[in-house]
Amino acid sequence: MDLLTIVQILDSTLRLATPLLLACLAGLFSERAGIFDIGLEGKMLAAAFFSAATAAITGSVWLGLLAGIASSILLSLLHGLASITFRGNQLISGVAINFLAAGMTVLIAQDWFSQGGRTPSLIGRGRFEQITLPFADAVESTPIIGPIYAELLSGHTILVYVSLLAVPLTWWILFRTRFGLRLRAVGEAPEAVDTAGVSVVGLRYAAVMICGVLCGIAGAYLATGLQAGFVKDMTAGRGYIALAALIFAKWRPWYALYACLLFGFLQAIALRYQNIDLGVFVIPVQVMDALPYILTVVILAGFVGKAIPPRAGGEAYVKER
Amino acid sequence: MTAPVTAPSPSPTESRATAPAIELKGISKSFGPVQANKDISIRVMPGTIHGIIGENGAGKSTLMSILYGFYKADAGEIFINGHKTEIPDSQAAIAAGIGMVFQHFKLVKNFTVLENIVLGAEEGRLLRPSLKKARGVLKQLAEEYELNVDPDALIEDLSVGHQQRVEILKALYRQADILILDEPTGVLTPAEADHLFRILNNLRAEGKTIILITHKLREIMEITDSVSVMRRGEMTDTVSTSGTNPEQLAEMMVGRKVLLRVDKTPANPGEKFLEIEGLRVVDDAGVERLKGIGLTIRAGEILGIAGVSGNGQSELLEVLGGMIPATSGTVRVRGEEIDITGKHSDGQSRRARGIAHVPEDRQHEGLIMDFHAWENICFGYHHDPKFQANRFLMDNEALRKDTEAKIERFDIRPPNCWTAAKNFSGGNQQKIVVAREIERNPDILLVGQPTRGVDIGAIEFIHKQIVALRDAGKAILLVSVELDEIMSLSDRIAVMFDGQIMGERLPADTNERELGLLMAGVTDAPTGAAPALEETIHG
Repeated sequence: MDLLTIVQILDSTLRLATPLLLACLAGLFSERAGIFDIGLEGKMLAAAFFSAATAAITGSVWLGLLAGIASSILLSLLHGLASITFRGNQLISGVAINFLAAGMTVLIAQDWFSQGGRTPSLIGRGRFEQITLPFADAVESTPIIGPIYAELLSGHTILVYVSLLAVPLTWWILFRTRFGLRLRAVGEAPEAVDTAGVSVVGLRYAAVMICGVLCGIAGAYLATGLQAGFVKDMTAGRGYIALAALIFAKWRPWYALYACLLFGFLQAIALRYQNIDLGVFVIPVQVMDALPYILTVVILAGFVGKAIPPRAGGEAYVKER
Repeated sequence: MTAPVTAPSPSPTESRATAPAIELKGISKSFGPVQANKDISIRVMPGTIHGIIGENGAGKSTLMSILYGFYKADAGEIFINGHKTEIPDSQAAIAAGIGMVFQHFKLVKNFTVLENIVLGAEEGRLLRPSLKKARGVLKQLAEEYELNVDPDALIEDLSVGHQQRVEILKALYRQADILILDEPTGVLTPAEADHLFRILNNLRAEGKTIILITHKLREIMEITDSVSVMRRGEMTDTVSTSGTNPEQLAEMMVGRKVLLRVDKTPANPGEKFLEIEGLRVVDDAGVERLKGIGLTIRAGEILGIAGVSGNGQSELLEVLGGMIPATSGTVRVRGEEIDITGKHSDGQSRRARGIAHVPEDRQHEGLIMDFHAWENICFGYHHDPKFQANRFLMDNEALRKDTEAKIERFDIRPPNCWTAAKNFSGGNQQKIVVAREIERNPDILLVGQPTRGVDIGAIEFIHKQIVALRDAGKAILLVSVELDEIMSLSDRIAVMFDGQIMGERLPADTNERELGLLMAGVTDAPTGAAPALEETIHG
């Protein structure tokens, strides 16, 4: 295996980890505030469709991104309404959102475009362009550093860089700002926030909205960055993998980055090595494709040490005497 | 330094100095058909400690929740320092200078002390300046009021007493002039309670106004300047503390004369009913909860286990009650060894050996809250042949008859065997459990926290039942965190600390101070130390 192959796999890792990372950070904001969100998947899917559809119709990927974010926020508000305002079960609300998104996207796509539940392929300004970092061409021939800079770091869409920047930003917001302190408190002990005279409902809605924005970007990236258009169920369980990564990361931003890179890496391996010939027998492609999901199951089964979720997670806040 | 019982309302021109810190006028609040507060008026002068005393459900907490903006009163007015004040939410209460220390602390457990203090009272959008400022203020408050806490410690690593200090600091950091404490000593050791009272005295000396909600008459007598008594949502009376006594207060609370001392004759111990040797319990996390317990209880005596909760008393009861297995050790019931480690160690086998158990946590272990009284009253004894209609069916009619008889004997209210357990008051819930266990005439009765959350009238009744069982020649193991209860009910007292028995004492030969030291793990306490707090009032 030469350097170029490694760089290419890592490059692909970065691309594949991006939607996971955005969704994972989205879940992090929501769950740190005490709202479990199993509906990451549905929000991403809705955002993927509406961003692709808007980009296809208007020809502008930026309008597509906005439409994706808007649709995701809308679903977030639905989740907030059900689980914060009406104190419903957060899992059920999340599952409902996933079903809603899975059905509605295909239905609307068929109605609008009549292409079997897809959007037309996006071309030109309908997709996010790859950004070539300065001097990438100039240093490409330099050994080792050249390919790493030009291939691995350069040449991604802007959303990849956004997702990477979102990690330190999330950390800073959570641990260095007033909002972050309150957000973490409301997921641990909402009664402490309430008696301190701060609105529990307001904080939780804020968290859910941030979750919507990040899921929206993740979905838009899937349809307009990673691929060129929307196809049925294109999120392919990424929302659930992001949740697994979140648990793996123990609800911390930097760990979330590492966990998502690991999942992205497995997906990249699966893409590159379809059949692995071990001589004695051949590992079929399906096994490779299943790897990220197997890892998800292993992680969720708790083989990775004890992860303590936010204490008030999953419970609606009811004031008591 | 006493609040006038009846005084004319302050006129608007009255100066701030003489205006009451808090004045409530005609506060009423109902929840559906239940009138929690009925036309309550109260005046608390600045720089005083005012006690509010009453049974569970008397409306004390509701009244304070209104004052702290948790509930909106249906009618009535609130004046703070002579100014009419609306308190629609906690933010408004804080702004009006009111701080509240809840019975169940409102702290974020995995935050540091500093983070908890600044939460909701931050200086700006960024944390660093807030934390820095809080650190300075904290240092100053610690010096002023003996409120020392490590600012960087995590709340979950602190003792309960220290956690309570954080709550008080939170209120002071928000510049509260009026401090409300709801049952503050329920979770404290005697030493911690003494320290708390010193802090409260310091605060009063600095001119702060304190409202102390409690059901412990001794605390009222010890520290308050004036006291208001509540009963069934109404304010019975407000009196100055120096002009009253515990008996009078208890009578005002309950509405009838109450016997505060447990009336019992000296014990007449007989044969050894329960012998425990080298009892060890290691929990799932590998922590040794019981480190070799040895105890003997004879027929016709009450052995009281004193200790701060969490020092192994719960595990002791659970092992003896068959709820958890022991790791090693022997237990003999009337001379015969019973299985405490194996698969035959369960609640059913214990009952078969004549061990009845009134568990510490009646709502989770003693009752099924959604089930009716008659169902709850048969649990554990539903295999009794007299409750079987035939081979397959139970005789529910017989069960209900049995229940009705118990309801009558134990004066359980409402006297309806179809009422769900959750709809009884704490005292009546406890009576259901006690009725179930005592009525089976066990040889050995295990009782955990028999009067936790139970009103004073029911306490008297339950204590009488326990003493009656002792007088009938049974052995009783009493676990309680209420030292008063242990002192007045026990014939012998064993003190537990960190999974070990620190020593045994006779109630007549010891005092709260000595027991308090043992509870804190200090063994070389000079016996016969200063007889502080020797009153035997409980409740």
